[in-house]
Amino acid sequence: MLTQNVFDLDGAKECERIGDWLRQALRRDLHRHGIVVALSGGVDSSVCAALAARALGVGKVLALLLPERDSSPHSTRLGRLVAEQLGIEWILQDITPALEAIGCYSRRDEAIRAVLPDYAADWKSKIAIRGGLEGRINHFVLVVETPAGAVREQRLGPREYLQIVAATSYKQRLRKAIEYFHADRLHYAVLGTPNRLEYDQGFFVKNGDGAADLKPIAHLYKTQVYALARFLGLPEEICAAQPTTDTYSMTQGQDEFYFGLPYADMDLALWGHDHGLPAAELGRALGMEPQQAELVYRDIERKRGTTAYLHASPRLAAPDLGG
Amino acid sequence: MNAPASKGTPRPGAADDGSIKHRVRTYLLDNFLMGGAAEDIQDDTSFIDSQILDSTGFLELISFLEETFGFHVEDAEMVPENLDSLRRVEAFVQGKRAAP
Repeated sequence: MLTQNVFDLDGAKECERIGDWLRQALRRDLHRHGIVVALSGGVDSSVCAALAARALGVGKVLALLLPERDSSPHSTRLGRLVAEQLGIEWILQDITPALEAIGCYSRRDEAIRAVLPDYAADWKSKIAIRGGLEGRINHFVLVVETPAGAVREQRLGPREYLQIVAATSYKQRLRKAIEYFHADRLHYAVLGTPNRLEYDQGFFVKNGDGAADLKPIAHLYKTQVYALARFLGLPEEICAAQPTTDTYSMTQGQDEFYFGLPYADMDLALWGHDHGLPAAELGRALGMEPQQAELVYRDIERKRGTTAYLHASPRLAAPDLGG
Repeated sequence: MNAPASKGTPRPGAADDGSIKHRVRTYLLDNFLMGGAAEDIQDDTSFIDSQILDSTGFLELISFLEETFGFHVEDAEMVPENLDSLRRVEAFVQGKRAAP
């Protein structure tokens, strides 16, 4: 029977292994002497910062807190809590004015109004995935909430969906530009903080949070990241937090936005898929019918295919150049 | 068995049969298979298996069908059985057009 036990790991050994790799990669491959990491207030970036601080010493890690208008007020507080607990230097920069200037919000709202003309500036919004786990084509819906609390949902066509995502991706891309400013001025390297689910299923913005010099936890299932957070003694609020995107003004779980299942189930599904576990056995572990589990497997494969572009390095017309 | 249509009298729907597949094939060739040939999309070629369309591609195909043929594709109709080959799209469009 498939259980969460497959994710058991020796926290001390894993931290040591990642620490060795981090030091070697900085020294041998990257020739940088410290780490910049953006703290979102979530468990992944917190664990990454803690791993870097353990491996390099607190004086070699700079944390950035980069909230914007739609960020949860808790993000900055939690990011700061982690940085202060670790004893690493941190810098806070509100990126709202830059995002306003570049058209992030206005371009997003323009696309929203194309499907909901009465959408107003004080409404909250998010997008959510539908379809894949019911055997349908994956598509996205826009969910809005009026100040009075009324919630409406509208299917998005490709033009509007793509523009909303493109506009909100300014957030991750601008953050990355700021991370590299600090990395360049300090001669440091930039950490990327995806876990295995995010990395494998393409849940990141190309040249945004997907851009980095090192990705220390891309091999770890989310369940394992939480385990490391506890091993590293990170604050309880971090260890117990549910994953959200913190990108849209309405609270948006990663499962409703992208994965379709809660992370613990997604971990099991990804593990089962990659270890050739029959769908019926995954179904038993998740309490679902084999046909439903088969759809989960198929969704994993589809997302890999759809997001291969995000991982692709630039194609060269003369491939013998390498790269 | 139906009697064969008399010469000169088009069988109902015959022109549509040809034009639905032709229009969708042309749309896919122009927008997804830049420089591809018509043979790259056989009537039963799966758009998923042959990686012609990903999920965003299907959304674009659905918009194309809605704009071209003048109907709305319901959420429940967004399934591979309706959309994952030229033949399936043709049957789907014909069914939508025949619906009251």
